[in-house]
Amino acid sequence: MNNRTKLIIPGVFFFLMLGLLLFGLGRNPNMVPSALVNRPLPEFTLPDLAVDAPLISSQNLSGGISIINFWATWCPPCHVEHPYLVEISANEPDLTFIGVNYKDDLDEARLFLEEKGSPFKQVIVDLDGRLGIDFGVAGAPETFIVDSLGMIRYRHVGVINHQIWEETFEPVIARIK
Amino acid sequence: MSKSPVFLFLTLCWLLSITVPVSAAIEVYQFENDAQEERFKELSDQLRCPMCLNSNLSGSDAPIAADLRVEIYEQILDGRSNDEIIDFMTQRYGEFINYRPALNASTFVLWFGPLFLLLAGFVIIWRMGKNSQNSTESSELSAEEQVQLDKILSGKKGNR
Repeated sequence: MNNRTKLIIPGVFFFLMLGLLLFGLGRNPNMVPSALVNRPLPEFTLPDLAVDAPLISSQNLSGGISIINFWATWCPPCHVEHPYLVEISANEPDLTFIGVNYKDDLDEARLFLEEKGSPFKQVIVDLDGRLGIDFGVAGAPETFIVDSLGMIRYRHVGVINHQIWEETFEPVIARIK
Repeated sequence: MSKSPVFLFLTLCWLLSITVPVSAAIEVYQFENDAQEERFKELSDQLRCPMCLNSNLSGSDAPIAADLRVEIYEQILDGRSNDEIIDFMTQRYGEFINYRPALNASTFVLWFGPLFLLLAGFVIIWRMGKNSQNSTESSELSAEEQVQLDKILSGKKGNR
């Protein structure tokens, strides 16, 4: 190796590190990969938000693709995404929208859905956040795509809007259909 | 105002009574023994808050961090081992939650990358040292070159 090629090495190394840094900066730090993707739904049996409804258990959920959305009335981004969830659930009758009311006041949650409309077929009550922990949820809102076999296929952290639905949800749903 | 001992005592009682709700707001965990408490501290220092990216569970005010501390506490009382608790967390939140990630193929670079760079640095310094030794040897002038150099230098002086 002559001296000239030796001189290039630090330069190449520098640009390699620079590239790594720029790649890292371009990534969203909140996009932590979910440990539960491609794993079966955690098992649970929990109450329904609807008064006097029977308990909901994980086995009853399977059949068709479902969208499981963790929400709460105390969570401002949940208020933001709610109208879009109502709209998209009406436009996508093939998908089953399941809500998980996460560590919330149940009366307020019922009132919220009554006033603003419910996108959900069923709402699971997760009063102490234990189901959230089993799903690896860090906070509300978070949304999971579950396939017809009950496998979790995607985790989305944060608000869902039209753009996010088209760019991230639709491709995943098309892939697992 | 009279400051009788009774008045002072009542004031003290009142002050103590209003501090009670304040201290109750801080999480208090009752452990069966010191070893359990030690393990709780160790785990909540080692596990990362999933919400806040750069803080561990013990240092975070996020609601999820509080929930996970409760989870650790209850699992310790249930008699689970540290490894079982870390497995429980990793299954749900991924390697991300562990500030001391397990050694496997995907974390290999993370564990040994810095060591590799350090060694590479030493090798480069060692080789540079060797090269500079070689170059001082070769930079010694032969008698012929020395005569040539003297000629040039004296020539330059003569021109001035």
